Amino acid sequence: MNLTNLSRRALLSSLTYLCAFSVIPSQLFAAWPKDAFNSEAVNDAISQLYGQVPQASDRVKLKTPEIAENGAVVPVTVSTAIEDVESISIYVEGNPNPLAATFELTPYAVASVATRIKMGETSNVVAAVYANGNVYTAAQEVKVTIGGCGG
Amino acid sequence: MCLRIFSAIFLYCLLSGVVWADPAADQTAFKNYFYKKFPEVPVGDFINGVYAIDQKRREQWLEIEEFPPYGIALDEGEILFNETVFLDGASYSDCFVDGKRSKKNYPYFDVKRNTVVTLELAINDCRVSHGEQPLKYKKGDIAKISAYLALHSRGEIIDVEVSGEAAINAYEQGKKYYYSKRGQLNFACVDCHVASSGMRIRAEILSPSLGHVSNFPVYRFKWGSIGTLHRRFSGCNSQVRAKPLPGQSEEYKNLEYFLSYMSNGLKFNGPSTRR
Amino acid sequence: MAIKGKAKMRGDVVQVKVLMKHIMETGLRVDATTGEKIPAYHITEATCFWNGKEVFRTNLGPAVSKNPYLSFKIKGPQVSDILNFTSVDNKGVTDSGDFVVK
Repeated sequence: MNLTNLSRRALLSSLTYLCAFSVIPSQLFAAWPKDAFNSEAVNDAISQLYGQVPQASDRVKLKTPEIAENGAVVPVTVSTAIEDVESISIYVEGNPNPLAATFELTPYAVASVATRIKMGETSNVVAAVYANGNVYTAAQEVKVTIGGCGG
Repeated sequence: MCLRIFSAIFLYCLLSGVVWADPAADQTAFKNYFYKKFPEVPVGDFINGVYAIDQKRREQWLEIEEFPPYGIALDEGEILFNETVFLDGASYSDCFVDGKRSKKNYPYFDVKRNTVVTLELAINDCRVSHGEQPLKYKKGDIAKISAYLALHSRGEIIDVEVSGEAAINAYEQGKKYYYSKRGQLNFACVDCHVASSGMRIRAEILSPSLGHVSNFPVYRFKWGSIGTLHRRFSGCNSQVRAKPLPGQSEEYKNLEYFLSYMSNGLKFNGPSTRR
Repeated sequence: MAIKGKAKMRGDVVQVKVLMKHIMETGLRVDATTGEKIPAYHITEATCFWNGKEVFRTNLGPAVSKNPYLSFKIKGPQVSDILNFTSVDNKGVTDSGDFVVK
């Protein structure tokens, strides 16, 4: 066996290796932002995710009820006309760990997302939009009530 | 003296309900009470409970109903109903032949068995008659199957029959339960869901009893799962600190019979979400 | 486990709604009988694929409601295209569902 054969084999095997890796969904390489999810304050979580200080903006449209039917299932919709949005995230200020979810927008995605979140108590719900290196936020208080006999 | 004795006997008969049982008159009075109390609610809308009387809550509920959390339970219920094969090779379809599987057939009074038969009871009757173990009555598979059948009964009219002495007796038992105070908190169903309907209990609004049974089984956010009407009954019992009864107990079945009859004419709209 | 999805074409945008069966345990609840905290168990990531391409991704924490619901909009897929939604939770258990754009 000469050197040329060896290096061809090495090249082929490393190429196969690389191909195999490219077939695995990227999600397995995307790390779950643990520090952001474990953060105990909204601005800290935002900083962990985006490395920026947020600025309030009325271009971030946050839709969520004033009084939640039930704190276990609070609908939240975030949308914005801001361009080049890369990420949207939702926070519950009063929760032990405010960050509830992040949405990573690919070029195929439109900046409009919705989900249902848990709130432990009345607090602000904050939506953050990351676009062009800036973080824009909107907040709204959602009241969570103790049920009566039926609750 | 004679008059007094006569009056006492008369009053006793009246209160015991035996001689004067008139379910149809009860139903009319029941409905009229709510029509008068909530004049802005269209008659058919009472099936939506508190969402018929509170606009903000209704908006949240409609948003969630667009893609409701019981969707998965429905899919599972469909599989359970259509694909379960019993030990003897039979299936649910053998018991629930076409036409018999709609909720409009339940509850009914079975004269031969001298008891009220509800949909959930019928599901287990089917299982047991084919050698299977009965399902638990308040949640899990029975609620999923019930949800699937409820979905396909949407729009059907509640049309419970109460005729014949034994059936009327069961109806009267249910009515008595409804009007009797119970639990440490000493509440009767009527206290919250008739007298105080539309009023607040802490931050909640009490729903009217009219249309109460139409939307079951329900996915309650509090439960995080789908549950049957009897699960809700037992929850209500617990909340007034009364002892909850087993699902499909005579009391609950009679109560369901009474409540369903009160809602005759309204449409089935289950399954649904509630808080 | 189960993932249920709906995708509707509205103009040139596809409105996707997804419901995922998962307990989304927060890790804060205490077991009444043992007094021990019930460990956190929840979906961590979920991704939407179209023709093998990742078109939308989300990171979820335990504050998302039980049986998570997500709604988002994407451009590109056409009616009759198939979308796939795949999730993984903090124990590494994956779940997946396919649905057609209507």
